[in-house]
Amino acid sequence: MINKSQAFLSVFGKFRKQFGKTLHHGDRVWQVLTVGMGIGVLLLILNIGWTLWQGSADARSKFGLSFLLPSLDASWNPVLDAFQAWPFIYGTLITSAAAILLALPISLGIGIFLAELCPSWLRLPLGWMLELLAAIPSVVFGLWGIFVFLPVVVEPLGSALAHTLGSLPLLGAFFAGPIPANGASRLAASLILTIMIVPTISAVTRDVFLAIPRSQREAAFALGATDWETISQVLVPYGLSGILGAVILGLGRALGETMAVTMVIGNSIEGTLSLLRPGYTMSSIIANEFAEAVSPLHSQALIEIGFLLFIITLLLNFVARFLVWRVARRAPQEVRG
Amino acid sequence: MILESPYGHIQARRGYSRRKLSSRVFLVLTGLTTALALIPLFLIIDYVILQGGKYINWTFFTQLPRPPGVTGGGVLNAIEGTVLLVILASIFAIPPGVLAAFYAAYYPNTPLGIAVRFSTDVLSGVPSIIIGLFLYAVVVKTQGHFSALAGGIALAILMLPTIIRTTEEMLKLVPPALREASLALGAPEWKTSLSVVLPAAGNGLITGFLLGLARASGETAPLLFTALGNEYFDFFAQVRSGLASGRDPFTILAKILGQPVDSLPLTLWKYAQQPYPERTQQAWAAALVLMGLVLSTNIAARLWIVFRTRRMKG
Repeated sequence: MINKSQAFLSVFGKFRKQFGKTLHHGDRVWQVLTVGMGIGVLLLILNIGWTLWQGSADARSKFGLSFLLPSLDASWNPVLDAFQAWPFIYGTLITSAAAILLALPISLGIGIFLAELCPSWLRLPLGWMLELLAAIPSVVFGLWGIFVFLPVVVEPLGSALAHTLGSLPLLGAFFAGPIPANGASRLAASLILTIMIVPTISAVTRDVFLAIPRSQREAAFALGATDWETISQVLVPYGLSGILGAVILGLGRALGETMAVTMVIGNSIEGTLSLLRPGYTMSSIIANEFAEAVSPLHSQALIEIGFLLFIITLLLNFVARFLVWRVARRAPQEVRG
Repeated sequence: MILESPYGHIQARRGYSRRKLSSRVFLVLTGLTTALALIPLFLIIDYVILQGGKYINWTFFTQLPRPPGVTGGGVLNAIEGTVLLVILASIFAIPPGVLAAFYAAYYPNTPLGIAVRFSTDVLSGVPSIIIGLFLYAVVVKTQGHFSALAGGIALAILMLPTIIRTTEEMLKLVPPALREASLALGAPEWKTSLSVVLPAAGNGLITGFLLGLARASGETAPLLFTALGNEYFDFFAQVRSGLASGRDPFTILAKILGQPVDSLPLTLWKYAQQPYPERTQQAWAAALVLMGLVLSTNIAARLWIVFRTRRMKG
């Protein structure tokens, strides 16, 4: 008995010694795991792209480029298997563009206020509140949008816009009324998106301002510049590419936002350019129709829209990260009081 | 200086006061935009509490939904489903995320390290509905049915960037001397990482996990074609009936994970679009529960890091 267990222990000990040598006391396993997971993240992105590309093969070969081209009477007909994505692409572009135009000045103001003006005891709570705004689930925005925001803000605002800007020669096409009685429109989607992307843009803008060296401000003050002149003529140009990066990050979020937009945009494939009419976006058509796709080609067309959205957000992210990274690299490490 | 006109300084003064005024005006404007952006936050919280508070009651938490148009019933299925999905997501996201973060934190300038950080950033920008499409193609289509498993993996992919990013930041904050001391004592790298560095970074990690959880539990889009929704899902009833018919726990668990489940955001989305007033009321109540869950997790995560780091410093 004793002999047996001793023999076992010595075999086990030998094995352990050998094991320890070849595996560097377990470090090989650890390295393989960490490197493997690192590669895994990379592969995940590639896999998402590849899956969507594969999944839309038939739709791509059948519809070709006409799937993406602009047209005012695009068809989206699951019964006849005729699909064109333009109404959704346009809806996504116009709502995101409007949201960015509205969100940029507001977020720039917030970024400047948080980084340059706000007393330091207020900076943390304000930053938190912005992040809470960003943390509210998208469906809650949507629910609030349907029952409060649409009737109280969007509908009156839309009617007013239709009466004032709707008759302008060129711009009027974007403000042609009438806005639907329940307020569900591209305008509603743009405004909800604005609220949702302001926290993203302003947080990055604030970080960009905080990364600008103190010496830049001191030099401007020494030349006699006022606070605002320092900000607008020195700091904003200095951090411009970072601010641009922030805007692009916000744009990426606006393009991909699904639930809140689907709930307030009215979901209609209509051939108008107007912001005041109901529309559809790329993500909301996927959300509404993919689970109940009628034919294989229908779901392939939806996956192709998804692939397009994936590529757009991917490219935007590349550009944005690069821009933000450039500001951070240029600013020397310096502690700000 | 001497050659300037005698009135020069007056001109300059007038210009200066105008510049000073415009500076003041713009600075006030930046403060106003901050206030403007925060108005929706308070309006939404306020309205959801008022509306949801009216319709929330005990049965809301303890009963399954009744058929549309019938008053009463609750969203027990959605609450259990949310918990199940979030637990699944944490299991799938936290261990790989932490391992990847170790690599990114200790080899930041190797090609793979840069690639990990970059793809984490890119992954955080991928729209959540795309993740849903991906999981549909990879899991749901191959298995042939919608499942809690697919939903859990989808949420895990959404959590992954938050977890990797915060873990990496926190690992970098751990003093190198701690790690070096452990290595110098002859502990292998993995043991140093797991039992010295990881506990030292613990508070930050918990914050990161909680933020990731908060984000995942509020997501709807990736669950639309993965977890799908299931008004008859009752975790405990299934466990009980499974045990009564003498199945082993693993079979029961596999059965539960293999079926569609509901979650609070999914329920909210469906109910908001239905024309029945009872469903609308329950949607408000669900919004209150969901928002309470997400915001309190978020605030708890931030308070945790503030208080714990303060204590460590003092």
